Amino acid sequence: MIIAISSGKGGTGKTTVATSLAMALSESGRLVSCLDCDVEGPNAHIFLRPVLDQRKPVNLLIPEVDADLCTGCGRCAEVCQFHAIVVLGTKTLVFPELCHGCGSCALVCPENAITEIPKSLGVLEKGPAIGGINFAHGVLNVGQPMAVPVITQLKSWQNLSATGTVILDSPPGASCPVVESLRGADFVILVTEPTPFGLHDLRLAVQLTRELNIPAGVIVNRDGIGDTSVDGFCREAGLPILMRIPFARRIGEGIAQGKLLVEIDPVYINRFQLLYDQIERLINGKGDEK
Amino acid sequence: MKLAISSHDGKLDTQFSSRFGRCNYFIFFDTETRSNEAKPNPAADARGGAGPQAVQFLNNNGIEATITGRYGPNAFSALEAAGIQAYEADEGTPDELLDRFLAGDLKRVDSATGPELHHKKR
Repeated sequence: MIIAISSGKGGTGKTTVATSLAMALSESGRLVSCLDCDVEGPNAHIFLRPVLDQRKPVNLLIPEVDADLCTGCGRCAEVCQFHAIVVLGTKTLVFPELCHGCGSCALVCPENAITEIPKSLGVLEKGPAIGGINFAHGVLNVGQPMAVPVITQLKSWQNLSATGTVILDSPPGASCPVVESLRGADFVILVTEPTPFGLHDLRLAVQLTRELNIPAGVIVNRDGIGDTSVDGFCREAGLPILMRIPFARRIGEGIAQGKLLVEIDPVYINRFQLLYDQIERLINGKGDEK
Repeated sequence: MKLAISSHDGKLDTQFSSRFGRCNYFIFFDTETRSNEAKPNPAADARGGAGPQAVQFLNNNGIEATITGRYGPNAFSALEAAGIQAYEADEGTPDELLDRFLAGDLKRVDSATGPELHHKKR
C-alpha cells in the first residue's frame, strides 16, 4: 500500500506524521519505505537518520540545435507545449529553463538537427534508516525551478510496487510537484492545523485529492489552537478525522530536538498502527462502493 | 514599418498594456498609413514561456518593432534573435504611443528590463 502525506499549508506536520507512521509500521514488522518527495526542502532524513549510501544524478534532456542542419521549418516550436523552443526566421532558440525534457522536438525534427543534452536538475539518495526503513529522497539543485522530474525519477528509482508499505512525504501546496508526489498513491493523509489558514489550504488539498480520485483522511495537528471550522468542514465533506495531535509543549520541544513523535511519546506507535488499520478499512470500504 | 503595441482590450483609445508576453491583444500598426488591426495574443494564457511564444507570434506576422511596458529576459532574447526592435513606454493609449514612436520620443531598450516570471533563469 502507498500512503501519501500531504497538506495544502506548509509547516502543518507532514514530516512529523510521515516519519512516525513509517517508524510505527516498521515496529509492527512491516517492510516499510519512506520517500521524501519534498525535493525543494527535504528534511525527513533529519528524523529518520538514514545512511545515504546510494546516489543517482537526475538529469533532464534539453535540446541543442545544430544550426547547420536546421532549416527553420518550425516543427519543433509547434510541438513544444512550453514554448521552450522558438523559430525566428532562420534562428532556432532554446530556453533551457522552460524545457520539460519531453523530447518531442527531437522526435519531430525532419533534419535530425536536434541532439538532447543532459542538464543536471538534482540528485537522488537512498539508504537504510532507523528501524530498518528503506529511505530515499530527492534533492533539487538550488536555483532550479523544475521539481517534478526529480520526484518522478525518485519514485521510479525506489520501485514502489515491489516494496511493501510505502510512505510518501509530499511537498506542501496543490501544484505540479504535489500532483506528481500523490500520483499512484492508494490513500492520502492530509495534515492540517485547526485555523482559518489551515482550513483554507486544506480545502485546496481536498479538491486535489478528489481531482486525482484518491481517498483521503485528515490528521489535525496542533489540536486545541484556532477554531472548530476544520471539524465542520470535514464533517460536511465526509472526510474522516483519523487522528488529533495536541498542541503540547512537550511535542514541540521534542520535534525541535530532531526526535520522532513516536520517540517523544511511544503511545503514538500504537496510534499510528491503528491509523494504518483504519486506512486499510477505508480503502476496502471504498472498493466495495465501486 | 510594422509595429505591435501590447493592449488590454484591443482598443486604440484606452491605456495600453504594460505586460508583454501575457497581454490580451497586440495592435498591429502600419506606421506609414496608421492602418491597424487588433490581434488576440495566443500566449496570453500560456502555461509557461509566454514571452518566447509572443515573440514567435509577432515574428510570424512580420512585426519589426514592438512597444510595451517591460520585457522579461526570455522575451528579450527572443526579440533580439528575431531582430525585432523593442521600445518601452510607461503609459499612453496605442494611438498616442504611435505618435510618440513616430516622433522618436520612445526609449529603445537594449537589454531585458522586466521581472523573470514563473520560471527563474539562472
